Amino acid sequence: MRRSPIDPALAALAAATLSCAAPATAQLAGDVFIHDPSTVVESDGKWYTFGTRGGGLVSSDGWTWSSGPIRPGGGVAPDVIRIGDRYYVAYAVGGGGLNGGHASEVKVMWTRSLDPNSPDFEYHEVGTVASSNGVENNDAIDPAFLFVDGRLWLTYGTYFGSIRIVELDPATGQRVPGNQPVDIATDMEATALLYRDGWYYLFGTHGTCCDGPNSTYNIRVGRSRSVLGPYVDNMGVPLLRGGGKLVAAAKGRMIGAGHFGHIDLGGGLEKFSLHYEADMDRSGRSVLAIEPLLWRDGWPVAGSNIKAGTYQIQSERSGNALQLRTDFVRIPFDARRSFMAGPNDPITAIPDQTLAENGPAWPEGAVRVDLSAYMVRPNQHWLVTPEPQAGGYFGAPYYSIRIAGTERALAVRADVREVEAVPRFTGDERQLWRIDQLTDGTYRITPKGARDDTALAAIGTSSVSLVRFDPDSDAGRWRFHTP
Amino acid sequence: MTRPWRPAQRSACTVLRALAAATLVLAPGLPVQAADGPPAPAPLSHYFSAATDDPAAPDHDGFIRRWMLLDPIAKPNPTNIVFTGSYVREALSPETYPGRFGTLPRPGAITHIGETLTWHALDSRLWDVKLFNFAQSRGKRTYGVVFWAVTVIDSPREVTDVRLAVDSNSASRWWLNGEVAAELFDDRRMVMDDVLSDRLTLRKGRNVIHGAIINGPGLSDFCLRLLDASGQPIRDVEVVVR
Repeated sequence: MRRSPIDPALAALAAATLSCAAPATAQLAGDVFIHDPSTVVESDGKWYTFGTRGGGLVSSDGWTWSSGPIRPGGGVAPDVIRIGDRYYVAYAVGGGGLNGGHASEVKVMWTRSLDPNSPDFEYHEVGTVASSNGVENNDAIDPAFLFVDGRLWLTYGTYFGSIRIVELDPATGQRVPGNQPVDIATDMEATALLYRDGWYYLFGTHGTCCDGPNSTYNIRVGRSRSVLGPYVDNMGVPLLRGGGKLVAAAKGRMIGAGHFGHIDLGGGLEKFSLHYEADMDRSGRSVLAIEPLLWRDGWPVAGSNIKAGTYQIQSERSGNALQLRTDFVRIPFDARRSFMAGPNDPITAIPDQTLAENGPAWPEGAVRVDLSAYMVRPNQHWLVTPEPQAGGYFGAPYYSIRIAGTERALAVRADVREVEAVPRFTGDERQLWRIDQLTDGTYRITPKGARDDTALAAIGTSSVSLVRFDPDSDAGRWRFHTP
Repeated sequence: MTRPWRPAQRSACTVLRALAAATLVLAPGLPVQAADGPPAPAPLSHYFSAATDDPAAPDHDGFIRRWMLLDPIAKPNPTNIVFTGSYVREALSPETYPGRFGTLPRPGAITHIGETLTWHALDSRLWDVKLFNFAQSRGKRTYGVVFWAVTVIDSPREVTDVRLAVDSNSASRWWLNGEVAAELFDDRRMVMDDVLSDRLTLRKGRNVIHGAIINGPGLSDFCLRLLDASGQPIRDVEVVVR
């Protein structure tokens, strides 16, 4: 991480006060204050991330976080990886430009559990695996692991010179004897590695950190066929010459995106953790965030959670729209007006069909839903509303999905494991949905409390149901279009 | 049937073709070339063969090809856009079934609904059941009609979480063992696995499927197969109509 014009002493003071409570008005709930979060990993049924200094955050659902994890050693910007029954933790001591110094050491330790209450929770020191002497153009901080094909790699470095990579022994966490660092990028911070489909991806952060709402941090990426590089961006600019394709930047009231961490939840669902230097709704403080990760033409792209609004919900399988299964109501129109109109006939606008015109024919009770051609009709328009008071899952709150202008809410019909629209939204768990963006940009719609990976799916061209999500099929993929 | 909203126009040629088709026999062959005018419709044998006494199996993809089909019942409709759920539920119901709903008609059985109609035990040569061609080759009306179809699935075991996967041109309703299983409304086009029922239980032994299809103008057909809990077609059943 880059040390900003801010007085280092003030920065340290700010980090020390990260654990204060704040209203959950933006991303994630609970205590989300952290800087330089490590890759989010699961241990003992909970998810952990650790930050600069010694603290960390823990969550059972990826939405509500709390402080409490323990990481000894202090220092800055740790990373965690699980290999077998060990969690390796790397962190840096010294450097970072604090007090003008760039002499630093990357240290490694391991434990069999990250849960302080577990009998397996006990850190074992491995020792220093990389270092910078304070004179060379490198600052050995911000370590990041990658384990692929049985080999363990570690990148490190910051804005002061090069980003380097070394190889560690996955059995011990120690540096492979004789291994020499290789420069793979320059002038980046908070790197992370990811392997996918024959490519190694090197993520890093550009810009200035630690300056609240004025931090220019943004996450960049390059890729290479070899873990040792050369890494280049989408324009072929080597990362060793400053390249990097944008992955995530400031948006909305979240400023300064940095410190990428990959989260693979399985089933085609990938997300990434990061911190925003400033959450403008949380006093401009640094917070943890989790966002969808998309892949386009072999490049990672930040996705987006569904925002509150009215949508057509379109099946990726059939292209048909999710709708209340009600009688089709015609818009009064004489087709001869199209075919017999004269060249000088006046042009008039025909209003959209209204709820008052379409709704009276709807049954009063629960109504089943199905898929049909999108016709811009009121029974096809869904008001999607975040319901953060009900909790959430990995970066997104639960949502209600209601027919716009009504209280009719999409709900699980538990007795037959099907879906319907109930007359009134009550906040019942069966009326709450997870909406996760998948790597292709479509969305998966999952009932809150779903078991066995159940999700909403087009089981036929015109039929929907709740079935096990198949990541290899378009049946469970949905697009949200504004009318 | 998917086509612009347009009243059906039954031309004199259409009537003549239907009359000519009424004289055709159940034997394979090409469409008969009339001495003057357009070709005669394909014979029934082009799309169907007579069902035998031996049980049939679903085809490779699980489609049920053996059906008892009733000659079309007149139900004039100049367009298919009227087939809302309310309309179809009223038009196609156990109350409008030509006979005692739930019973299996005998091949050759006759019923009178304005005219004499006959039940036929047929095996479709195709994955879908070409109702238009069935009617046309029988010299019956093809537009503005209701078809009834019945078959029996004999299952060697009870199977839970089964779905009926149906499509029809145009709207239709389907019953499994007397209970409504699937409903297809509005103007529709043929696509396999269009509408799937809720999860059902296929009994060990005989299971009766009733279907009613309504069409205004245009071609008419349907397809049906049974899918297991994983969405795979069920093929280890016997299909009988006797």
